Amino acid sequence: MGDHHHGPAKGLSRWLFTTNHKDIGTMYLWFSFAMFIMGGAFAMVIRAELFQPGMQLVDPAFFNQMTTLHGLVMVFGAIMPSFVGLANWMIPMMIGAPDMALPRMNNWSFWILPPAFLLLASSLFMEGGAPAFGWTFYAPLSTTYAPPSVTYFIFSVHVLGLSSIMGSINIIATVMNMRAPGMTYMKMPLFVWTWLITAFLLVAVMPVLAGAVTMMLMDIHFGTSFFSAAGGGDPVLFQHIFWFFGHPEVYIIILPAFGVVSQIIPAFSRKPLFGYDSMVYATASIAFLSFIVWAHHMYTVGMPIAGELFFMYATMLIAVPTGVKVFNWITTMWRGAMTFETPMLFCIGFLVLFTIGGFTGLMLSIAPADFQYHDSYFVVAHFHYVMVAGAVFSMTAAVYYWLPKWCGRMYNETMGKTHFWISFIGFNVTFFPQHFVGLAGMPRRIPDYALQFADFNMMSSIGAFIYGASQILFLYNVIATIVAGKPVSDEKVWDGAEGLEWTVATPAPYHTFETPPTLDAKPAHA
Amino acid sequence: MTSQTSTEYETYYVPDKSKLAVCATIGLMLSIFGAASIMNDMTFGDPEAATSSWSIFWIGLFFFAATLFNWFRIAIKENIEGLNSAQLKKSYVLGMFWFIFSEVMFFFAFFGALFYVRNLAGPWLASEGEGGRMNYLLWEGFEYTWPMLQTPQEAIGGVANQITANNGTYQSAETTMAFGDAAAWYKWLPLWNTIILLSSSFTVHIAHMGLLDGNKKKFNLWLGLTVLLGIIFVFVQAYEYYEAYAHFGLTLNSGIYGSTFFMLTGFHGFHVLMGMTMLLIQWLRSVRGGHFTADDHFGFEASSWYWHFVDVVWVFLFLFVYIL
Repeated sequence: MGDHHHGPAKGLSRWLFTTNHKDIGTMYLWFSFAMFIMGGAFAMVIRAELFQPGMQLVDPAFFNQMTTLHGLVMVFGAIMPSFVGLANWMIPMMIGAPDMALPRMNNWSFWILPPAFLLLASSLFMEGGAPAFGWTFYAPLSTTYAPPSVTYFIFSVHVLGLSSIMGSINIIATVMNMRAPGMTYMKMPLFVWTWLITAFLLVAVMPVLAGAVTMMLMDIHFGTSFFSAAGGGDPVLFQHIFWFFGHPEVYIIILPAFGVVSQIIPAFSRKPLFGYDSMVYATASIAFLSFIVWAHHMYTVGMPIAGELFFMYATMLIAVPTGVKVFNWITTMWRGAMTFETPMLFCIGFLVLFTIGGFTGLMLSIAPADFQYHDSYFVVAHFHYVMVAGAVFSMTAAVYYWLPKWCGRMYNETMGKTHFWISFIGFNVTFFPQHFVGLAGMPRRIPDYALQFADFNMMSSIGAFIYGASQILFLYNVIATIVAGKPVSDEKVWDGAEGLEWTVATPAPYHTFETPPTLDAKPAHA
Repeated sequence: MTSQTSTEYETYYVPDKSKLAVCATIGLMLSIFGAASIMNDMTFGDPEAATSSWSIFWIGLFFFAATLFNWFRIAIKENIEGLNSAQLKKSYVLGMFWFIFSEVMFFFAFFGALFYVRNLAGPWLASEGEGGRMNYLLWEGFEYTWPMLQTPQEAIGGVANQITANNGTYQSAETTMAFGDAAAWYKWLPLWNTIILLSSSFTVHIAHMGLLDGNKKKFNLWLGLTVLLGIIFVFVQAYEYYEAYAHFGLTLNSGIYGSTFFMLTGFHGFHVLMGMTMLLIQWLRSVRGGHFTADDHFGFEASSWYWHFVDVVWVFLFLFVYIL
């Protein structure tokens, strides 16, 4: 061991200059939670405005800025960095590595995120306001008709992409190169598998997003005509490029969530994960399919019929590997000695609600039906079922599950369960009625609506305030645990938990596995 | 199950805390903030105001470049000090490989745009295929050809209405960059650039072979030649741009043909410039610093992979931008 293997440095320099995967993971997690609160605040403005029909609190231009920033902050600031933080914390411990493969670059991947979001958020105070063209920033709204702040938006997207690419390269190098001897690919915990595949997706599509925003930049400032038909380009080209990034992006968000659930359900069912191999193959199949389904976001844009059919059938195919996963999770619980601690509750909530979101996705995949649903609140309901009840619920489960290992203290179980039930009820009250208003014809991204949607919208807003408030309980519980939670010292915090991370001391020491661990014959995921 | 015990295991070098990341962040953020402000001053604001934005940009860029230089210097120093285990070196290999893959995907976006415009959007604007009545309703008289020498806007007689005016003004090129006069084939610059860049891939390979044989003299000679070919390529490309602007009327404003032409060749040229700089630094390391041995030369190897990558991109460019 070199001299450098001491504990953490004191003060701010620990966080600014660190190369430690646990420190960096912690920073990612806190940053993403801050962004979750900020994006949540934007959502509260949206729901407050929609509480009643008519114009209530904000003008339509500001409303549009809120929907845009809510989407961007939640996708790029809250969900993605939270899973990167989890990957930083857990992957080296799960595969028996001393750290991430490239520790200094790891720190850089994190530190470019906060200024990038500062730049994005500061556009709210710029002349002409923040970007108001929706998180999908379709041209020409985002080019010809965009406010000047779009330039800062473009550059901040470049930086977010850079961060994601470097983070993913680090994860790929770590998983491919730093597994402990004997940890073969098919013995890796499923969370590691899902992140490896996610990292491939990120490296493949973030550069495409960079290309899309670069074309926007050139169209706005340098007179090119990529997205302008007058010059021979096509605004629809933007949508193709964006969704070639955007569809794999939704799997980038959900695959690590699948990984988390695949770790937690076996732990609280006290049974090995059912169908480990098929879980790996299903994840890979979903990743592959994600590259050939992008135009299902564009059924109504005017595509040739052959395109509509191809993208429709390819999209429906995704239901097969996803169904394999849901089946395996349920079968894992079958006849298990189950208990229902908070992480497990969030996973079961995930399973039920994500499946609903999957089914509405299947409805949306049918091109002729989508002509009705397109850009309605039905779509909003659909993707919040997979983004919030899918990704955010599983992330919350992950925090409760690994928090005792991280800080050596147990959270308050009653408060955790209360958090779950309030979240679960608040979430459903918010988003379930949106299916109905959507099917009845309420479009998304509008600050006002017809009177017949009033009751369901009021329900939605009340649910949203409940869900938002329940996150304060979560924050309080986490801080209370870190500061004054009941100490735990067992290496294995949960009696059913398996994997290398449960073989190190609790709380996890600053450096783990400086020499690789010895693996016994039992696979880590069993 | 355990195939190795800890005693056989080489320690993986985890660097101590480092200021590099934070310095690189400051430099990067200043330079992009400066760049964005320059563009906004030029397009939306007062071009005079851009002076301070330029200062921010240059200070940021300089700080960023200095940090990266220092970062690589430290990484090289660590390797020379023997801190890098075989396993760590493999991390660098994987890092470089997946970085190049991400670059491939960046070009894929621009090639994808080119193919989409040429095979779908362009014909649709002229109401071919499933384009419906777009031509009749919006761009009457537009006929699709590639390279596009008349934009839809010009087909309807320039900026005819508010919709097209909002979209800017596009002046088509008079001549394209495609192969023209067979008798004067030797005046066609892309052909020469193809020859130059393909040969440079061979010269860098010969340099690598020399290094593997332990022949540093051969290595230095052929690597230097590669850098020289890279410089020539960049100059020829710059001259071609001058020709395009001065004599062919082909600019960024020339509609989608100019857009795809300049963005594809421009980003490629920028990558050549980066690859050439990388190889130049390896050459200086070898000549001045005596770096690299037959079995330890990843800095060079990574740069040469990058060089082969820009070469392959050029082959596709030559095919789809210039010839087909």
